[in-house]
Amino acid sequence: MSIYVDIRKKLGSFSLEARFEAKDETLALLGASGCGKSLTLKCVAGVEKPDSGVILVNGRTFFDSEKGVNLPPQKRKVGMLFQNCSLFPNMTVKENILAVLTHAKNNACADARLRSLIKRFYLESLENHYPCQLSGGQQQRAALARMMGREPEIIMLDEPFSALDSYLRWQLELELMKTLDGFRGTAILVSHNRDEVYRLCDKVCPMENGGAKKIYGKKELFDNPGTLAECMLSGCKNYSGIKKTGEKSVYAIDWETELKCAAPVPENAVFIGVRAHYVTPARDGESDNIVPCRVSRVIDNLFSVIIMMSPRGIEQRGGYRGIRMELSRQEAEGIKTGDLINIYIDPKNIILLSE
Amino acid sequence: MDWFPLYNSLRVALFSTCITFFAGIFAAHYAAKLPRVAKGALDCLLTLPLVLPPTVVGFFLLKTIGPLGPVGSVALRSSGLRLTMSWYSAIFSTSVVAFPLMYRTARGAFESLDKTLLYSGRTLGLSDTYLFWRVVIPNCKQGILAGTVLAFARALGEYGATSMVAGYIPGRTAMISTTVYQLWREGNDALAYKWVAVNLIISFVVLAAVNLLESARDKPKEHLETLSGRT
Repeated sequence: MSIYVDIRKKLGSFSLEARFEAKDETLALLGASGCGKSLTLKCVAGVEKPDSGVILVNGRTFFDSEKGVNLPPQKRKVGMLFQNCSLFPNMTVKENILAVLTHAKNNACADARLRSLIKRFYLESLENHYPCQLSGGQQQRAALARMMGREPEIIMLDEPFSALDSYLRWQLELELMKTLDGFRGTAILVSHNRDEVYRLCDKVCPMENGGAKKIYGKKELFDNPGTLAECMLSGCKNYSGIKKTGEKSVYAIDWETELKCAAPVPENAVFIGVRAHYVTPARDGESDNIVPCRVSRVIDNLFSVIIMMSPRGIEQRGGYRGIRMELSRQEAEGIKTGDLINIYIDPKNIILLSE
Repeated sequence: MDWFPLYNSLRVALFSTCITFFAGIFAAHYAAKLPRVAKGALDCLLTLPLVLPPTVVGFFLLKTIGPLGPVGSVALRSSGLRLTMSWYSAIFSTSVVAFPLMYRTARGAFESLDKTLLYSGRTLGLSDTYLFWRVVIPNCKQGILAGTVLAFARALGEYGATSMVAGYIPGRTAMISTTVYQLWREGNDALAYKWVAVNLIISFVVLAAVNLLESARDKPKEHLETLSGRT
């Protein structure tokens, strides 16, 4: 079971160029909104037609511009869960699921399958409700049940949590985890939320301005992203332009500081990234990798404190200058706006990035 | 008072509503699928009768279904049927004039339907025909009904094209609109007022129906949301 996608599509001034493949695993397309993630899924589902390229799923050609193949969505056996509710508003939950079960030619034991789907997705008390009577989470659960009723060969989830509040979101996420665990085949999740992606997926394909080319293992992307854009997608907050000064040392231009790195600096490295969690106040006795900063702002977060700083006390002039540090409340005690503090960046937490 | 004009008007309006109902829905359905340029062109063409003076529509119709016109002459030769100056002639004129109302309201309803419903339906293996009858039509019900009522009202009130195509023959082609005109010309104000009253009542009922339908479009949701508290 596998999927291979290599497609191009122009839409006004936007151009999509996506190339990725996946086996029996969960792949995430991670990117900011409007980068073409949903469009890519729609092309695989067959509701949008790429200008050119190839889409292969489990050895079947869904689309091949050169051979003139373009299977209608009805023949693709793709299960797609949409952002907002896609249940038919004029049918109850039961009727929605039955529409799929009885429409197929082989609709024997549709009733038994309906019962098992209703049970599996905890819809017993909701089966006679109309979609507008359900909460957002219930709607997505019913849509998930309906999608599984189709017995898809591949599952695609298009920002399935975006319309839900955080509690319902978590409930549905657990539900989805269970479904994905029991599913033998490829699943693709489209999301802009790195936490969600990290929890649900095995592999990540970062997408930027309509381009998707490289696939990372999820650990790989979050520990060691290759480019500035991918590092930003993975949620890293602090960046500086660099000049290489030695085998394992760089000069951080924006922070006006010489820093040591744990790994050899590649020739094409032009930026470094440091996650806000890995920036700490310097302890006594540490002398390397210290950046003197002035605290420009202290922001109370729910369970932590975010401290915005300007390196060397020079006011931020745009670009990447500012450094963001995230500390627990205890650690942050006593730090006020205007303070001068030294921060320490561990060499092993410096991510070297190319353009 | 001779009630023939009311009977004739209702008969004509019912027939032409039937015609515009199906023609309008299918035109709207297919226009929605066309590429943008073709859609714009077709849209102009189909909406034209709404903005043209009815007399121009009448003129075109006479040139087409009149005894010398391409359609009229064929009908006359093959079955001896005269398409103008009989009661059913008004069906042609009212259909053409009422068509854009049905077409545009139906199209508006189709376009406002969330495309995700169709996308998901297709990926679920449901055929386009199934989706059209079981998803699109039921979810556009109010819009389609409102269009039907409007088309019916327009057919009932049509005067210009109808008077050219069907004329005014008492007891044969007389309709409410043509009767009022005729009565005014004869100076029979008393009777004219009666027909004006009939017209006002019908129009009022129709507009009330349209308003009810349009408010019903959002109402069920509000009502059901209060229910969902239980679940």
